[in-house]
Amino acid sequence: MEFALTLEQRQFDDSLRSFLTDRLPMDRLRHLSETANGFDDDLWNGSVELGLPSLLVPERFGGAGLGVLDAAVAAEALGYAAAPLPFTGAMAMAPLAFVHCGTQAQQDEWLPRIAAGEVRIAVAFGGLAGQTGASAVTFSGGSVSGRIDGVMDASGATHYLVFGRDGTAAVVDAADVGATLRRSIDRTRPLIDAVFDNAPAEHLDAANDKLAAARSVLDAGRVVLAADTLGAAQTMLDRAVAFARERTQFNRVIGSFQGVKYPLADCVTALEPCRGMVWYAAYAQDALPDEARLTACHAKAHVADVARDVARMTTETHGGMGFTDLLGLHYWFKRIGFNRQILGNPERCREEAAILQGWLTHA
Amino acid sequence: MDLTLSPPYQALQAEIRAFVAKYGHLSPKVGGGRKRPDQKTLDWQKRLLEHGYVGRTIPVEYGGAGREPDVMEAAVIAGEFGRAQVYAGLTNQGISMLVPTLLEVGTDEQKRAYVGPTIRGDIIWCQGYSEPGNGSDLANAQTKAELRDGFWIVNGQKIWTSSAHYADMMFLLCRTEPQASKHEGLSYLLLSMKSEGLDARSLKTMTGRSEFNEVFFTDVKVPETQIVLGRGKGWYVANVTLKHERLMLGDAGKMTARLEQLIKLLSTHEIDGVKLIHMPEYRDRLLRLQGEVMAWKAHNLRLLTEAAAGQESGVKRMIIKYGGTMLGFRLSSLAVDALGSAGLPYESLGEDAEDDDATTWNIDYMYDVGLMIGGGSSNIQKNIIGERGLDLPREPKAAGRA
Repeated sequence: MEFALTLEQRQFDDSLRSFLTDRLPMDRLRHLSETANGFDDDLWNGSVELGLPSLLVPERFGGAGLGVLDAAVAAEALGYAAAPLPFTGAMAMAPLAFVHCGTQAQQDEWLPRIAAGEVRIAVAFGGLAGQTGASAVTFSGGSVSGRIDGVMDASGATHYLVFGRDGTAAVVDAADVGATLRRSIDRTRPLIDAVFDNAPAEHLDAANDKLAAARSVLDAGRVVLAADTLGAAQTMLDRAVAFARERTQFNRVIGSFQGVKYPLADCVTALEPCRGMVWYAAYAQDALPDEARLTACHAKAHVADVARDVARMTTETHGGMGFTDLLGLHYWFKRIGFNRQILGNPERCREEAAILQGWLTHA
Repeated sequence: MDLTLSPPYQALQAEIRAFVAKYGHLSPKVGGGRKRPDQKTLDWQKRLLEHGYVGRTIPVEYGGAGREPDVMEAAVIAGEFGRAQVYAGLTNQGISMLVPTLLEVGTDEQKRAYVGPTIRGDIIWCQGYSEPGNGSDLANAQTKAELRDGFWIVNGQKIWTSSAHYADMMFLLCRTEPQASKHEGLSYLLLSMKSEGLDARSLKTMTGRSEFNEVFFTDVKVPETQIVLGRGKGWYVANVTLKHERLMLGDAGKMTARLEQLIKLLSTHEIDGVKLIHMPEYRDRLLRLQGEVMAWKAHNLRLLTEAAAGQESGVKRMIIKYGGTMLGFRLSSLAVDALGSAGLPYESLGEDAEDDDATTWNIDYMYDVGLMIGGGSSNIQKNIIGERGLDLPREPKAAGRA
């Protein structure tokens, strides 16, 4: 038994983190949030060079053949940097959708292009994911119609992979989608409201159980988002601790006040176990099918709740400056808030956990 | 990442399963443990010792199985006994704290005299650390011992002494070098609870039971050789003891067992014909706790892996006591709320009796508060986490004090 990251995973983590430190200093992040549409060519191209889109693509299609755990490690690093990359959608859920739902021919056609970064596929759930807002599509013949609000990781998308409520899956060219870009609370990551009006759609119908396949794509996305949230909360905690070691008031470094020290101790006590939880849930997606759904729902919910507390307490640690735009702490606060609501918030995920365990009368 | 056991551990697992199948019916009831072990428990402990499931790493000459320390073996053993709901052996302060301390810093005579009888359950120890005026500030202990004619003469008072009312021996932290500094004036003595001048008075707690004692020393004579490591070395020895206490992993097994009990409780108890688990307010609390326990279990797997690799876990380990006792209390709180008004009738029948479920949960619920306070209170833990874990500055010393 070895419940730890491997040397290769730690090395990959290191190289990704140094790439992000290099490419995404605060002024760059600020610039992107003010001017861009949530997609940045420079960051995308760098991530392709690092191999991010190929992580979950099997080796025979030119990918690295790694698992959801590796994606979670990457997502934590991306959350730590508040990186505006369409990782969860285009690099994690999209390849998994082809692996779980695509025919051999579709895999041959699409997976190498995903691995090479040639296509960027937004994954949109018409129902199923538990998002609020419009969320319904119907498939007929070779087309899809309907509307899905709040699609993440869709800026700069070349295609949409649409799941219906029953798990039906199809690929649509982005040119055939009526997309409205909405700036979100997280200025680095806008959302797309997507309208499909008899859009030509290529069905992915190789899965034996299409609903189960769709859910495993969703669960992987939830775990990846939980990892991203963990990284974002870790940034906020690290910055608050660093600030508390330096800032002086009443002739004392404020970290020496128990009123400052104790909330930070509470933060690390709640946050550190989230890392093991995310690893476990990610590993479950790869290797423990009986536990995959429950651990994904709980990880998405629990990490979101812990991170909300961490975001609040660490912002408070900075005093008035924490509330300003100047420090930029709010990028991480908002990233945590964004991730919380996407692909099912804690309430929805716990509801699913209850259904899974037969704890609901009406399910 | 690999959660499968390698072959040697699988073999150990199979061996324990066979042991449990053969002897499991002889196991004492799991739980309790705040009383002197009865004959059934002592017989079971002897059987476990013979198989090396307890005292596994203690040298053969001192009564153990003499195996190399292996944290993964320890986890397999604990896991298998827990799964089978079979008694995994005595746990008390003598076994988990004094024995490893003596093995590290005791004399050969001390090891021969005490290690074997302690792990067999024949000698029960209590810990003489806290004093009425010195709880969290342990190093400020004022109980004093003076050397006269080959004996330490002990005077003073200890408090919160668990199991002193039935213990045979005490390991005592006392001041022998009044001229030395606070930390260098302490020594660590081993003494009989039957010593003349020693008076243990039970201290009734909020549970209604007497889990603790006050111990008064009036010219208690302790042979000079009953000192561990030497004069003025008491603080060092006490820290060896605490280090061994910290090496014990946070009890994720207890949290898992409690969660399972809670699920059963909410699935069977009803209000007006509706099961509690079907009521959103109860169910939501259960779900939140299920998530927390999941995180806690994964965190413990992480610590276990690091311990097996000989790595220091730093702040990851420092959070265990604080986080674990708080989570334990949230679990017992939901149990008490699930029992509701029907759980309020409370008859604690005393240490030797079996209590009903409601009383047991209520005792746990109250005892959990005691656990937050004992062994370094939650506030002390937050100081440790903040100062040693996050490297935040210490509270400045108050003016005029050392």
